[in-house]
Amino acid sequence: MNASVQLEDLSVRFGDFTAVSNVNLNIDGGEFFSFLGPSGCGKTTVLRTISGFLAPSTGRVTISGTDMVGIGPNNRPTALIFQNLALFPLMTVSENIAYGLRIQGFSLTERTKKADELLELVALNGMGTKLISELSGGQKQRVAIARALAVQPKVLLLDEPLSALDLKLRQHMRTELRAIQQQVGITFIYITHDQGEALTMSDRIAVMSDGVVLQVGDGRAIYDNPTSAFVASFVGENNAFSGRVTRIDGNLAQIETSTGNLVGRNPKGLSIGDKAILFVRPENLNFGQTLGNVEFEAKFNSAAFEGNATHIHLMGAHGGEITVTLSRSDDFNVPAKGTSLKLSYQPALGLILADGALASD
Amino acid sequence: MNSHIISRAMIGFYILIFLTYLFGPLILMGVTAFNTPSYPQAFPFEGFTLEWFVKLWNHRAMMTGLKNSFVIGVGVVFISVPVGLAAAVIMSQISAKLRGIYYLVAVSPLLTPGVIIGISTVIFWKDMMGMSVFTKTTFYKGTILTILGQSSFVSAYCLLIISARLQRFDKALEEAALDLGASFSQVFWHILVPFLRPALFSAGIIAFLMSFENYNTTTFSILADKTLVTVLAGEARQGTTPALSALAVVIIGTSILGAVFFEIYKRREQKVKNQEAA
Amino acid sequence: MLLLSYLERRKSTDPNTKGYFEKNGKALGTFFICAVGFWMILLIILPYLYMVIESFHPKLPMKQRGGPTDLVTLDQYKSFFIEPSSGDWNTTHFWAFFYTIIVSISVTFFNFAICYPVAFYLAQSGKKMNVRFLMLALVVPYWVNEILRAFSLRLLLTSKGVINQVLLAMGLIDSPIDFLGLNIGLYVGLSYAYLLIMMFPLYNAIESLDKYQIEAAYDLGAPRWKIHRDIVIPYSKPGIASGCTMVFMLCAGSLAAPQFLGGPSTLWFTSIVYDFFFQSFNWPRGAAYAFLLLSACVAFVMITLRIFKVSLGESIK
Repeated sequence: MNASVQLEDLSVRFGDFTAVSNVNLNIDGGEFFSFLGPSGCGKTTVLRTISGFLAPSTGRVTISGTDMVGIGPNNRPTALIFQNLALFPLMTVSENIAYGLRIQGFSLTERTKKADELLELVALNGMGTKLISELSGGQKQRVAIARALAVQPKVLLLDEPLSALDLKLRQHMRTELRAIQQQVGITFIYITHDQGEALTMSDRIAVMSDGVVLQVGDGRAIYDNPTSAFVASFVGENNAFSGRVTRIDGNLAQIETSTGNLVGRNPKGLSIGDKAILFVRPENLNFGQTLGNVEFEAKFNSAAFEGNATHIHLMGAHGGEITVTLSRSDDFNVPAKGTSLKLSYQPALGLILADGALASD
Repeated sequence: MNSHIISRAMIGFYILIFLTYLFGPLILMGVTAFNTPSYPQAFPFEGFTLEWFVKLWNHRAMMTGLKNSFVIGVGVVFISVPVGLAAAVIMSQISAKLRGIYYLVAVSPLLTPGVIIGISTVIFWKDMMGMSVFTKTTFYKGTILTILGQSSFVSAYCLLIISARLQRFDKALEEAALDLGASFSQVFWHILVPFLRPALFSAGIIAFLMSFENYNTTTFSILADKTLVTVLAGEARQGTTPALSALAVVIIGTSILGAVFFEIYKRREQKVKNQEAA
Repeated sequence: MLLLSYLERRKSTDPNTKGYFEKNGKALGTFFICAVGFWMILLIILPYLYMVIESFHPKLPMKQRGGPTDLVTLDQYKSFFIEPSSGDWNTTHFWAFFYTIIVSISVTFFNFAICYPVAFYLAQSGKKMNVRFLMLALVVPYWVNEILRAFSLRLLLTSKGVINQVLLAMGLIDSPIDFLGLNIGLYVGLSYAYLLIMMFPLYNAIESLDKYQIEAAYDLGAPRWKIHRDIVIPYSKPGIASGCTMVFMLCAGSLAAPQFLGGPSTLWFTSIVYDFFFQSFNWPRGAAYAFLLLSACVAFVMITLRIFKVSLGESIK
């Protein structure tokens, strides 16, 4: 059983500080939905408001259409997985998992049986009698998930659960979490600052910054068609060139930058004279010249080999860094530092958006 | 380095003297407990005897006092530990502004000389209990007054002990339990109290010990009754008998035994822990 | 307190300041408030108030209390200065008061001086095993009741006591020294009784000092005594303040030591208070004197805290 979650005009203020402002979202039942954003953007606040630890200053949270106002966290159909897991240190694994059932009044045998089933689900068979202190990070993670699932919540809330794990484990857990979600079928609301996680696991993502939801969409939409400078620069790597719109040609436009005149898509319909930024992904830049491509020059700085890809760092005429990502199969001869190289890209792969704050600011 | 060795020797010597200052009188008294003369005497040692220990055992007043001390001790524990717990929980929840005053009031009994606590206890409760004949006859007793008087400052100690542990409590555990459907009282009993158990335990033990050996306050509040300590004081004031020395030997002996057992217990626990970790 | 928490809640517009009962559940919440209320009001505040009020009453036999002659009066306090029966200056009590204070201060200093080296050694230089053993050795005497401890000192110090015996035997003196009459017994007794009270705060404070600071100073050429003066002592100020205040208060309020170790002419203020209660049954006067004692203690604590520039919270440990 799963539930949908609606956030209507949700704002949360602490004194003078507005942590979350005017969020309007509809999360479908059974969806894996992520909130993505840098630290302090308000995503944890949203999660805690949905789970009932915080009350909205204005607006409301409804779950499956029922307004959650006045209902405490112990009475909502949600379960929260905390960032530091918050497993009960004085109880065994089995007792931890079965705690919610103990509250509900199940007998000891029933609880142990249910706990064992859940241990199987999260691939921790037979570890029921162990103490929390004896587990590794990944194992603790899974106990936390099992404990939350034991109370059969309709919505599972996850607060950056993978941030404390090392890289390999994180990648492994991503697929596992997704698999568990699809198997159990309940709504997952996940918050993270790691866009790799958000992109690989989610059905849809909401990108947040400074308490505001900037864009909602699936991974592709967010990555290929960001609607604001922040989203464009936060999700994935992106090269940014700022300037002014000088020509419009159908759905393409040209902006004049210190690097030269660059052309790109103009989905937001900016007019001539508007301040704008052109974004090109590092993987969409090529060296050399190709007919029909937009061209410009930059000075070579360094090359970084990262296993399955090589990142070339150059210095553009606008004084900013430019990154080109080449896959293993591309050839590249490292020139001397400072050498001027020609770069090009297909015009449709450039994206022009209104001037705004970038993620790195 | 020569000077280093000299300074080490000096420190060692100083510590030796210090320990002698501490232990000397007690050792001496221990010796008198076994010595025959009825006036406690270490030299000359006239004859080994255990008669003073027997006299101790037969000393009726002292036995009554012992029983009272025990009852009072238990009473104080039953009041002070829950009060200390309540006070610690409340202190962790009130705002910073209130907390200053709260802390001051809570800690004031620790700063007050015991005599004053004893005096004020008697004065206050005499009036309170004197309000009706029933309360006067049932409650106006030395034991009860002493329990009340001692609890005022023993609770403060309990508060401090429990607070120290409470501060290390991870709030997220409370939230996790709530999230899983627990009510507030369930969170308290399932999560918070087990966490605080070591502190509650030591608070209880300290409360009992403090109550048992208290003199300044008890001497005022005990009225016509006696505790072991007040009997002791009465005896010591009247005259000296080696029976008191015998008592001291018993106390020291028990404490040392207790300490030794405690050490053994801890060593054994440590060994088990080391084995498990290996 | 209920009122205060209610008011606080009304003041804030943030819906997230939970009400007190919301947070703790009704049953527990009520229990907590009742317990703390009972303690603070009935066991601390009201008794003090009553004692202070009592001190403003004249001494009256049972029947006349609460009657027309039971008026508020400063007589009890005045009696501290002027002896009511004779009208002369109450020099004895005056003298006792100052004597008590001065002796308590001296004992405090003395204890500090002799505890400091041991505390320092324990905290900084000792090896683990030694430290634990030494700690145990220090604590054991304190499991013996203070009365028995005072008693044991008396054994040592009376005319027939051990020290006199030894001195006589060695020929150093011709007749026994009356330690007790000279109040030396009292001083030793007080110091002895509260030695550990000074030791532990000192130890705790010094223990948290980073050894390397001392070594660094030594390395830079500072002589040992300067290291103590400039580094160790300033750092351990809270511990020193804590130890000093506790020792002072325990000394000033001490009953056992003056009772058992004082000579016949010893005047200890706290014993005087005791006598008012148990010998002359003059409770109001006893209360007044007790209040004076309390004020002295509080004053001392405040002054010490001011001198050491330490806050109250820091020194309670």
